[in-house]
Amino acid sequence: MIAGLLSGDAPRSRILSALLLAILVALALAPFLFPGTRPLDVAAKVCVFVLLVASYDLLLGYTGIVSFAHTMFFGIGGYGVAIALSRMEPGWGAIALGTVAAVALSLALSFLVGLFSLRVKAIFFAMITLAVASFFAILASQLSDFTGGEDGITFKVPELLRSRVATYYLVFGVALGLFLVLLRIVNSPFGRVLLAIRENEFRAEALGYRTVIYRTLANCLGAVVATLAGALYALWLRYTGPNTTLDFSIMIDILLMVVIGGMGTMYGAVIGAAIFVVAQNYLQEAMKAFSGAMQGIPLLPDLFHPDRWLLWLGVLFVLSVYYFPAGIVGQLRARKKA
Amino acid sequence: MAENLLSLSGVHTHIGHYHILQGVDLVVPRGELTMLLGRNGAGKTTALRTILGLWSASAGAIRFEDSDITQRDTPAIANLGIAYVPESMGIFAGLTVQENLVLAARRGPPEEARLDWIFRYFPPMKKFWDLPAGNLSGGQKQMLSISRAIVEPRKLVLIDEPTKGLAPAIINNLIEAFAELKKTDTTILMVEQNFHAAKSLGDSVAVMDAGRIVHAGRMADLATDDALQTRLLGLSLEAHQ
Repeated sequence: MIAGLLSGDAPRSRILSALLLAILVALALAPFLFPGTRPLDVAAKVCVFVLLVASYDLLLGYTGIVSFAHTMFFGIGGYGVAIALSRMEPGWGAIALGTVAAVALSLALSFLVGLFSLRVKAIFFAMITLAVASFFAILASQLSDFTGGEDGITFKVPELLRSRVATYYLVFGVALGLFLVLLRIVNSPFGRVLLAIRENEFRAEALGYRTVIYRTLANCLGAVVATLAGALYALWLRYTGPNTTLDFSIMIDILLMVVIGGMGTMYGAVIGAAIFVVAQNYLQEAMKAFSGAMQGIPLLPDLFHPDRWLLWLGVLFVLSVYYFPAGIVGQLRARKKA
Repeated sequence: MAENLLSLSGVHTHIGHYHILQGVDLVVPRGELTMLLGRNGAGKTTALRTILGLWSASAGAIRFEDSDITQRDTPAIANLGIAYVPESMGIFAGLTVQENLVLAARRGPPEEARLDWIFRYFPPMKKFWDLPAGNLSGGQKQMLSISRAIVEPRKLVLIDEPTKGLAPAIINNLIEAFAELKKTDTTILMVEQNFHAAKSLGDSVAVMDAGRIVHAGRMADLATDDALQTRLLGLSLEAHQ
C-alpha cells in the first residue's frame, strides 16, 4: 500500500526514509507537538513550500525548464482566493470560485508562455518568464483597486477555518494529497518522457515525442500546482500581497530549496523546503544563542551576530552545492549505492 | 527488383555556412539492407539526420512510401515508423534499460516475444534490465541503442556506424543480430566504416563523397568486382581496408 501511495518511487536510503518519516510525523502532529503560533506558522509554511518547490522541480529537475515565473502562478493562486473572499461572502463558494478562476488564469498563461516560448533556447525562455513575472508583479502593484496594491488584501475566511488548527490541517491535507499526485505524475510514462527530454531533447524527438507539447504540459502542471499552493498560503495567512507571493526573493528561495534538497527528485522538495524554512525562521535565534555563548572571544560573537544570518545561509548554500551537487537526497542515495 | 521505400532526389543540406549535402540522389529498396559508405566527412551522418528531419534539407525532395517528408518535423517522421540509431548511441543515461526500451515502444508496452528476441541477441539487456543505462559499457550501450530501434516493428531503421569502437566479438554478435533483423523484412539504411561488416550484411550499397552519391549498386557486385573496388577505394574507401 505504501509503495502504491509512493507510486513505486521508494526513498532508496534508510537515512532519507527516516528523515522523510520524521518530517511527515512532525508536520502531521505539529499542532500538538509544537504548541504556539510561530511553530504552527513554520509548519504551515513548510507544507506550502514543499508543494511549491515540488511543482518547480517538475519543471527544473524533471524537464530541464528554467522558469522565473513560478512565483507569478503562486501569486495568482493567492490573489484569486483573496479577491474572491474579500468581495464575496467569506464562504467555501468564494474559495472554490477564486481557486477555479486562478487555476484557469494560470493554465491559460502557462499554456501561452509555454507554447510560444518553449521552442526557444533555455536561457531565452528563462528571460521571457522573468519579463512576464515582472510585468505581472507591476500589474498587481498598480491595480490597487483590485489587488490592494503594495498593501495587499486582508480577508475573512469561512467559519470552519477560523480555527488555526482546522486551517492547518486543510493546508497539510491538500499539500500531502497534491504531493502524492506529483509523485504519481513523475513516475508515470509521462514523467519518463520528461526525463528523456531533460537528458536530450533531440533524442526524444527522434523517438517521435513532440517535446514542445510535453514541455508545455509540464509547464501547465507546475503552474496549476503552484497556484493551488498560493491559494493555500493565502488561506493560512488570511492575507495576500506582493511580499508574500510575488516577490523575486521567493523565487530565489524556491531555487535554493530545489538545489539543497536535490533536483529531479520529489523527496528533495520535502527535505529542501523543511531545512530552508526552519533555518529561515530559527537560524537567527540559534546564532543569537551561539553569539551569546562566545562572548569574550574576539571576532566570533560579531561573526555569529543574528544580523549575519543571511551570510551564514549563503555559506551553507555554497557548501551544500560544493559538497552535495546532487542535493541532500542525491547524496544520500549515492551513499547507499557505495 | 524491390520497390523503393525511401528516396532522396537532389537533396542539399546546409549546416550554418557549410554546404554538406550537395545534391544527394539515393534510393533504399523496401525489405533490403542498404549500406551507405564513404570516408569521414563525406556527409553520411548528415544524410541520415536529414532523412529524420534533425537537419532541414535546403533543397531537393525526400519521399518515404508515398509521402513527401522533406518539410516534416522529426517527431512526425519518426512516427511514420522510422527509427534511428545515432553514432553516439543516444541512450538516456539516467533511465534504466527497461525505461529506455519502454519509451521507444510507441504502440504500447513492448511485446514479450519481441523482448525475448532482443534478449537472445543482446543478453546484457535482460541482465541489466533495471540498471541505469549510464552504467552500461560502450558495447552494451550500443546494444541498447539498437534494441530501442527494434523494440517494435519499424518500416525503416537508420543506423549510424553501429560497430564503431566495439570489440570484434561484439561486432560478430551485432552482425548476427542484423542478419536476423533482415529476415523480418525490416528495411535498413546503415552507415558503416567496417567493410567486412558491410560486405556481410549489405544487399545494396551507395558510396558518398563530398556530399554526393558517387556510386550505387548491389553490394555483391562491389564485393566481387576488384576493379570497381579499386576505383572506389582509390576514390574514397581506403579507410575501410
